[in-house]
Formats: sequence, structure tokens, C-alpha cells
Amino acid sequence: MISKFISLEWKQFFRSASFGKSLALKILMGFFALYFIVTFLALGVSLYPGLKKAFPDQDPFIIVNKAIFYWVLMELLIRFFFQKLPVMSVKPLLTLPIKRNTVVNYVLGKSALSFFNFLPLFATIPFSIVLAFEGYSKSVVITWVIAMVLISLISNFLNFIIESVSSETELSYLPIIVVAGGLFALNYFEIVDISGLLSTAILAIANHPIYLLILLAILGVCYWFNFKILRQKLYLDHSLKAKVKEVNTSNLGWTKNFGDIAPFMQLDLRLIWRNKRPKSSVFILVVGLLYGLFFYPNPQFQDSPMIFGFVGIFVTGIFLINFGQFIPAWDSGYYKMLMSQNIKYEQYLKSKYTLMILSVIIMFVLSIPYVYFGWKILAAHFAAAIYNIGVNSYVIMLGGSFNRKKIDLNQRAAFNYQGTGAVQWIIGIPLLILPAAIFGLTSFFINFQVGLFALAFLGLIGIVFHQKLMKLITQKYLDSKYKMIDAFSQDN
Amino acid sequence: MIKTTNLSKKYSSKEVLNISTLEIPKGQSFGLVGNNGAGKTTYFSLLLDLIQPTTGQIENNGVVVNTSEDWKPFTSAFIDESFLIGYLTPEEYFYFIGDLRGQNKQDVDNLLAQFEDFFHGEILNQKKYLRDLSKGNQKKAGIVAALIGNPEVIILDEPFANLDPTTQIRLKQIIKDLAEKQGVTVLVSSHDLLHVTDVCERIVVLEKGQIVKDIKTSEATLKELEAHFSGTAEV
Repeated sequence: MISKFISLEWKQFFRSASFGKSLALKILMGFFALYFIVTFLALGVSLYPGLKKAFPDQDPFIIVNKAIFYWVLMELLIRFFFQKLPVMSVKPLLTLPIKRNTVVNYVLGKSALSFFNFLPLFATIPFSIVLAFEGYSKSVVITWVIAMVLISLISNFLNFIIESVSSETELSYLPIIVVAGGLFALNYFEIVDISGLLSTAILAIANHPIYLLILLAILGVCYWFNFKILRQKLYLDHSLKAKVKEVNTSNLGWTKNFGDIAPFMQLDLRLIWRNKRPKSSVFILVVGLLYGLFFYPNPQFQDSPMIFGFVGIFVTGIFLINFGQFIPAWDSGYYKMLMSQNIKYEQYLKSKYTLMILSVIIMFVLSIPYVYFGWKILAAHFAAAIYNIGVNSYVIMLGGSFNRKKIDLNQRAAFNYQGTGAVQWIIGIPLLILPAAIFGLTSFFINFQVGLFALAFLGLIGIVFHQKLMKLITQKYLDSKYKMIDAFSQDN
Repeated sequence: MIKTTNLSKKYSSKEVLNISTLEIPKGQSFGLVGNNGAGKTTYFSLLLDLIQPTTGQIENNGVVVNTSEDWKPFTSAFIDESFLIGYLTPEEYFYFIGDLRGQNKQDVDNLLAQFEDFFHGEILNQKKYLRDLSKGNQKKAGIVAALIGNPEVIILDEPFANLDPTTQIRLKQIIKDLAEKQGVTVLVSSHDLLHVTDVCERIVVLEKGQIVKDIKTSEATLKELEAHFSGTAEV
């Protein structure tokens, strides 16, 4: 049965309309994976000697164990944003003679083979080999590695529980932030010394392999919980269940101020507010806004204004990147209808453009309080906002004309919690890195003001040529009209 | 009104449609029948410029559909559920289509009032999104949306499928009225020979992409079609 599932997925991947794009992304992700593997290997090899050198009077093994708590927290956060439960279209399978349990076990089993579960091994195994050479007992070292693997798997399944909880609520990112932040706070303010407890526990396990059974039991509980959640989702009535909740409608009359693009603005606003996937790109605004706090309070970055450009682009452009990269796929479900209607493509695109520009302006205004950390930050954000308006917005719409992947807003794929994985972030890289590099290089080699000027100037060029650029982009969309219609009418 | 010349559509080397000539005059209710894969939806998609013809062209009121978009203001269609926007309520959807077709809210409301019977109280004021309606009700909404903005050409693919008997009968009346009283050219495809003969003045049978019959509907038409599709020898 499992071999049949694998062959189904294989076909789904190779026969999909967006095959070329998926393949290119897979290759790119392969490089990223390679990079992380090498980094982790280096970490694993150098960890012991490094710690020995830095803290000569402490046992590196103990230090590492103390850090495991932070590692687990990091892992949970990273997994939440980058790892998604494998998607499988289950509806056609439900009436076939396949046990529901098989399907669920397959999906969960597949998630255990995720790259995220193997990555830590590239650090833990070399580290443990060094430990063995340094005279630690072999049984302790081996037990420790097994414990680390089990912890990885536990956070793997714990993550899916958190994701499923957060997909049920309206506040998509709240649960993970509450869980991770709460644990961190408890530990940081020494209310409960979790990192110490965890370190003691792991040491105890390493010395008494029998305690591994406790980790196994936790893993079992997490798996069982996931199993229950997913099995429940395998009934059609779960997705067909009539939503008794009455919908509240507003006529969004204020959009009339935007003239002929008003109908599309209304449509886009409803699209964002009434569907889970685009809605999560609104909540990400909050994350984006707080992003600056990672950098600015740190005095180390105060003296290197190069970083301001990057943060500025990120903070003011986060919605643009998140929402914009799926133009026109957001409308893929009814694209045929739009194409047979009496619409001007330019109006359609202009509505999306206006929405993105508004988001940039709003984000800039909201980020003004960062001026507390220095006027340079405000200036950099302003230049970055102009760049986002004048360059990134066009680039992302132009990129959209190559979009061939349908988005199913109705979320029929039963296991698709948010549908945003690592891929989504990769697309953002050229949009972030290029301006950051322009700003960073000019302000490093010349001075800060020239850096600001470079970013703002590029943005202004884009704004000046607005009409021309929109024409060009519209033409691109017209040229690929038939291809898009064809791709969007495919299911995968 | 609609003039098809030397139209063909090939996918790689397989020809799925080949119509050397077909003219549909204004105000005609036109039925397209044929088995699966006969090319009905392909023809409608070509007519709406959703796919490109391999050769030939379709003129809609003098406008060649794949070179100009000027046919859009007077043409409307409902092909399948992918014409609906799932996250809107039916009213919002009607107003959106109305906006695109230059109708204000009042115009749309007036039109909708005429279809109260047809909706059977299941579409308007339900406070439900289109995606949460049943297939049949979605179809009703889609068909009525295709009537917004006084189009001169209306294209409906399989309009009778999924509808309950009462609605089918009402829909037949609506289509007849459109063609006879308002001079609208209505193009309908269907697998249901009875409905098509009831509604359409003219019926064209497609087979493997070719026109094999072009009949002006009369008393004998249903028999003739049944004989054709059951494979018994023609008279």
C-alpha cells in the first residue's frame, strides 16, 4: 500500500503543471539543505574543542545539555514556520478499500523522514564521536544520541499538534508564540529552571538507558494525539459540515474612493479576510513589525547601519512579499470567469498594486516608533519603503505572470494547515537581498547618506515610470493568459 | 451573430474539434449535443477565448474573439463552478459581476427580483458563502449571474445537470423567453436530449469534433436524436 502512495505522489509531482518551477525550487532547497548540513557538521566537530577552550573549567557535555532547552525552543519555532505536514489528497482514497489508519500512519510516518529530523544528527553524531574519543563511556554517548533523536521526533509531532490547534483558531501565530514565549519567560525569569531540569533529565537518561522509555512514551503520546486529530479529519463531513456560522457582510463602501478599481479592491479585501491562507499574511504583519526589535536594541548593530536597509525592506515589505508572490494564483479558482468577463487587466493588477502600496505605507507609519533607536533607522525605513513601492512591487507582479500553481482557497486538501512552507520564504530572498546589498555596499564603501539615496532613487525611478511598467506587466499577463488558464484548471 | 469558419483545435496531433462553417443568427436558441469528448466544451471555451484555436476563427457580432476583446461587454457565460467566487455570498457575487458589466446595485436587484421563483428561496439572504451552497444552488447562482447586464449572447454549458426537476422546468422557460422575447442568442449544451429539444430551435450534433447533424427542431427531432445516439440506422 505504501509503495502505491509513493507512486501516487511521484506522479503528482512530475505531472503537475508547475513541474518546472517546483523542480527549480527543489534544487535551490537542496543547496540550502547542503549548506545547513555543512554548518551543522562543522558545529558538531568543533563544539567540544571550542567549548573546552572557552570554558576550560567546565565539562562541555554539561554545557551542551544545558543549551538543549534553547535548541528545542528554536526548533519548535523554525519547524512551525518552515515545516508542514505532508499534503495528500485523500478524498479519492476514502471510498477505496484502504484502511483510514493506513493513510494516517503513512502521512505521519512520512513526516518522520523530514529533513528537519535528520539535520540535528549532523551535529550530534560528530559531537558524540569526539566525546567517545575524549573518554566518555560509550554507552552514555550512544544513549545520549538516541535521546537526541527521540527529542527531535517529539518536537516533530508536537509541532503538528500546535499547527493543528493554530489552524482551528483565528489567531494563526498566537499559539506558537504563547508556547515558546511562555517557556522562555518561565526559564529566563527563573520561575522554573527548565533548562536546568532538562539538562539533569538528559544526563540521567544518558547514564540510565532505561529512562529512554520515558521519552518513547512521550513520543508515543504525541503520535497518538496527531493520529487522533488526523483520523477525525478523514471524514468528509468534517470538511462538508455546514458552517452554521452566519457570515457578516459589509459593503466596503469606502473603496469607491479608488474609482474604477473599486470592485477588485472589494474582492481582494474579502479574499484576504475570508480565507485562511491569505489571512495569515495579515497576521504576519505583526511578526514583521516586531522584527526590528531583534536588531535595533542590540548595541552591536547600532554601529553598523548597513543592516538598517535590510530590516527596513523586511518591515515595510513583508505583506507585499507574502501576498504579492501569489498574484494571480489567489484568483486561480475563478480565473476562467475573470478572463471571460468584461474587465481590463490593468484594473485588476492596479487593485493588487494599490493594496500592496497601502500596506507598505501603513507598515512604514507603524514602524516610526523605531526612531527611538536613532533617526538613521527612520531614514533607512523611509528609503526602503520607497524602494518597495517603486521596485519590489513591480518585480513581484512581473514574477506573478510566471505563476502556474493553483491555490485552492477552499482548502479541500485535508492536511493542508496553512500551505506556506519553506518555499514561500525562498521567493522572498531576491526581493530582500538585492536592496539590502545595494544599501549595505553603498553605505559601507561610501557613506550612509549615499546608501539612502541609492535605495530611494531606484524606487523613485520605478514610481516615475509607473504607467510604462504597468503596461509592460499587463502585456506579460496577456501573453501568458492561455497558459495560466490551463494551469489553474489543473488540480495539482 | 456568431460565425465560425474553418475552426479546428488540436492537442499535439489529436484533433478534438473541426468545424468548417457554422453560423448562429441573432436571437436563436441553439443546442449543442454530443457524447463525452465530442467537443462541446472545447467549442464554448474557444468562443470565450479561454483556449486558442489551431486554425480558423470565431466571429462574435463581427468581432474576432481571439484578436479583440470587444465581444466581452455583450457576451456572458456559465461553464462550470470555477466561474463562481467561493468566498463571496451570492449577493456579493451578483453585485461584483454587475460592477464588471456596468450595472449598479439597483439594476442588479431589479434583475434578481425576476428570479425569485427560480431561486426558490435558497439563494438570497442566506448569509452563506457560495462555497457552502449545494452544487445545484451554486449552479442556479451561476446561471443567473450570466444574465446580468443584458448580454446579447449567453453561453451555458450543461445548465440542466445537477438541478432539481422544478428548477429544470423553470430554467427551460427562462431560456425560451430570452431567445423569443428579448432576442438574446442562447447557446446551450446538454446530454439531456429531451430538455434540449424542448428549449432549442436548432440542434447541432457533434461527434468526435465534427458536426454530424444540424436540425431545425420539430416534433420528430427527439426521435431522430434518440435513434442517432442509440446507434440504430438512420432513415
